[in-house]
Amino acid sequence: MEYLAYGAFFLTIAMTYALICLGLNVQWGQTGLFNVGVAAFVGAGAYTSGLFTTPAVVDRLGGFDLPIWIGWIAAALVGGVLSFLVGALTIRMRTDYLAITTFGIAITLQLAFQNLEWLTGGVFGMSFIPRAFGELQGRAIAFNMSNLALSAAMVFAVYLLLQHLMRSPWGRVLRAVREDETAAQSMGKNPVSLRLQAFVLGGAIMGLAGAVQAHFIGFIAPANYLPMMTFQVWAMLIVGGSGNNWGAILGAVLVWAIWALSGSIISEVFPADQQARAASLQIVVIGVMLCLILLWRPQGILPEARTSSRHLGKRSDKGPKP
Amino acid sequence: MSPQVLIDGIIAGSTIGLGAIGLTLTYAILRFANFTHGDFLAWGAYMTLTVSGFLGGLLAGLGIGDPLGPFSFGWGLPLSLLAGMALTVLLTLGLDKVLFGRLRRRGADAIIIVMASFGASMALRSLLEFIFTANPAYFTRELQIAQKIGMGMRATPDQMLTVGLTAVLVIVLHVFVTRSSTGRAMRAVSENPGLAGVYGLDVQKVIRVTWIIGAGLACFAGVMSGLLVQIRPYMGFDLLLPLFAAAILGGIGSIPGAMLGGLIIGLAEAVTVQVVGAEWRAGVAFVVLVLVLILRPSGLFGRRV
Repeated sequence: MEYLAYGAFFLTIAMTYALICLGLNVQWGQTGLFNVGVAAFVGAGAYTSGLFTTPAVVDRLGGFDLPIWIGWIAAALVGGVLSFLVGALTIRMRTDYLAITTFGIAITLQLAFQNLEWLTGGVFGMSFIPRAFGELQGRAIAFNMSNLALSAAMVFAVYLLLQHLMRSPWGRVLRAVREDETAAQSMGKNPVSLRLQAFVLGGAIMGLAGAVQAHFIGFIAPANYLPMMTFQVWAMLIVGGSGNNWGAILGAVLVWAIWALSGSIISEVFPADQQARAASLQIVVIGVMLCLILLWRPQGILPEARTSSRHLGKRSDKGPKP
Repeated sequence: MSPQVLIDGIIAGSTIGLGAIGLTLTYAILRFANFTHGDFLAWGAYMTLTVSGFLGGLLAGLGIGDPLGPFSFGWGLPLSLLAGMALTVLLTLGLDKVLFGRLRRRGADAIIIVMASFGASMALRSLLEFIFTANPAYFTRELQIAQKIGMGMRATPDQMLTVGLTAVLVIVLHVFVTRSSTGRAMRAVSENPGLAGVYGLDVQKVIRVTWIIGAGLACFAGVMSGLLVQIRPYMGFDLLLPLFAAAILGGIGSIPGAMLGGLIIGLAEAVTVQVVGAEWRAGVAFVVLVLVLILRPSGLFGRRV
C-alpha cells in the first residue's frame, strides 16, 4: 500500500512538471522561443499563490487566506505579466537575446525570493500553504490519489486547450511564423505580436503550474527554483518531443522517473557524506542526455505531428497523401 | 562612498571583461550565445589548480617554490597558468568537435546550439562539483596586506599585477585583431561567413583561433578570480550573467567594448555593494542588461542586433 501512495505522490509531481512542460512547449515547441528562466516563472506563480492563500503571518506581508483557486488564477496572471514584460523587451531582437534575458530574470528573481523577506519569507520560504484535499492529509493514499486526480485533470484541461489553440487559425499562423517569418509577414501577419502572445500564454501556464506544485507540497523556498529546475524541464521537453503536447507530458514523467530513480540509487549506494557530491552526477547524466538527443534525435521520442487542420487529417513529411 | 569602490570595481571588472571578450568573439564569429563560457573560467581555474598542485611539490623540492617578491605565489602559478590555458583550449576545441561543430555542420539553428551549450554547461559544472566537491579551493594560503596607492585607496600586489596584466593582454589582443591577417579574417567571418569562405579564407582556422583566444582569456580570468577571491565549481556560472551583460553593453564583436562593459559592470557592482547591500550584487548585471536593451540594444560599439 505504501507503494501505491508513493506512486501517486511521484505521478502528482510528474504531472506538475508536465504542466510546466506544456507551457514551455507553447514557447519553444510551437514558437521557437528559448526560455532559460523557466524556474523564475514557476517560482513567481508559486510565491504569488502562496501570498494569497496562506493564513496571515506576522513576519511578512499577508497571507490573505483566500481559496486555492484564487491563488491559481493570480499565479497564472503573474506568470503572464512577467512574460509580457520580458517578451516586450526582447522578442523583436535576435532569438538569443530572449535566452540571455530570461536567464537574467531567473537569477534576479532567485535573489528577490531570498532577499525580500517582507514579501517572500527569505531563505526559509513560505510554509503552511493550504494543500488541496488537505482534510485527507492523515490518510496518505486517499490524499495522494485525490491530488493525482486533480493534477492529472489540470494537465488534461491545459492539454485540450492547447490542442484546440494549436489547430485553430492562431496556432497555424504561429507555426508559420516559426517556420518562415518573412513568408508569414508577407501574408500580413505580425510575427512580433504573435510570438509575444505565445510567450505570455506559456508563461501563464508555468505560473499556474508553480501554484499547483506549491499547493501539493505545502511549502516553498528559494532553493526550489534554481536553474536546475529550468534545466530539468528542458530535458523533459526535448526528450519527450518538442512541438508535441503528448511528448511534453511523456517527457515529464520519463525524466522525472529517471531523476527519482537515480536519486534513490545514489542514496542507497553512497555513504551519507558523499551523497551531495554523487547527486551532481545526476545532473551530468541529464546534461549529457540533453546534448545527445540534440545531436542524434532532435525531434525527441514523439515527434511533432504535422497537421495543418484537423479537417485535413495528418500530413506526412513526404508531401500530401494522394 | 569610499574611493575604494573604484579599485574594487576595476578588479572585479577586469575578470568580467576578460571573460566577456571570449564570449563576444564566439558570439560574433560562431553566431551563438555560449552558455558554457562561464564554465570555461571555472574549468581553467581548476585545471590550473591541479597542475600547480603537482608543480608546487616539484618546485619546492628544487628550492624555488617560495613566493615571488611581494606576491602571494611563486613560479608554480605562472607556469601552471600556461598549462591551464593550454588545457582549457583543448577542452573548448574538444567540445566544439563533439558538440557545437557537429550541430553547425548539420545546419542546426543557432538557438539549438545555444540549447546544447546550456546542457553542456550544466554537465561541465556538475562534473567539477563531483570531482572537486563544492568546497572552495585556494591557489595560495599566503596573506597579503593591501598597500596604500593614494587617494585613500588600497590594493594588494596581486591585485595590481593582475589588473596590469589584463591591460597588456587586451592591448595585445586588440592589435592582433585589427592588424594581423588572421584578425582581418576573423572580422570577415563575423561579417559574413559564407562570403569569407568564398573568398578563400580558412573559416575552420578562424573558428579554431576564436576558441583559442576565448579559452585562453577565460582561463586567465578564472585563475585571476581564483587568486583574488576563491575557486568554486559555481564561480563560472555566477559570472555568466555579468559576462553576457558586458558583451552586450560593449556591443557584440567588439573587444574594447567587452572590456569597457566589464569594467562598467564591475564598478556598478562595487557601488551597489556599498550603497544597497552585498546581497543584491548578482542583480546588477541584469539591471544593466535591461537598460542596454531598452536604450541602446546594439551596445556602445556594436553595429546592429
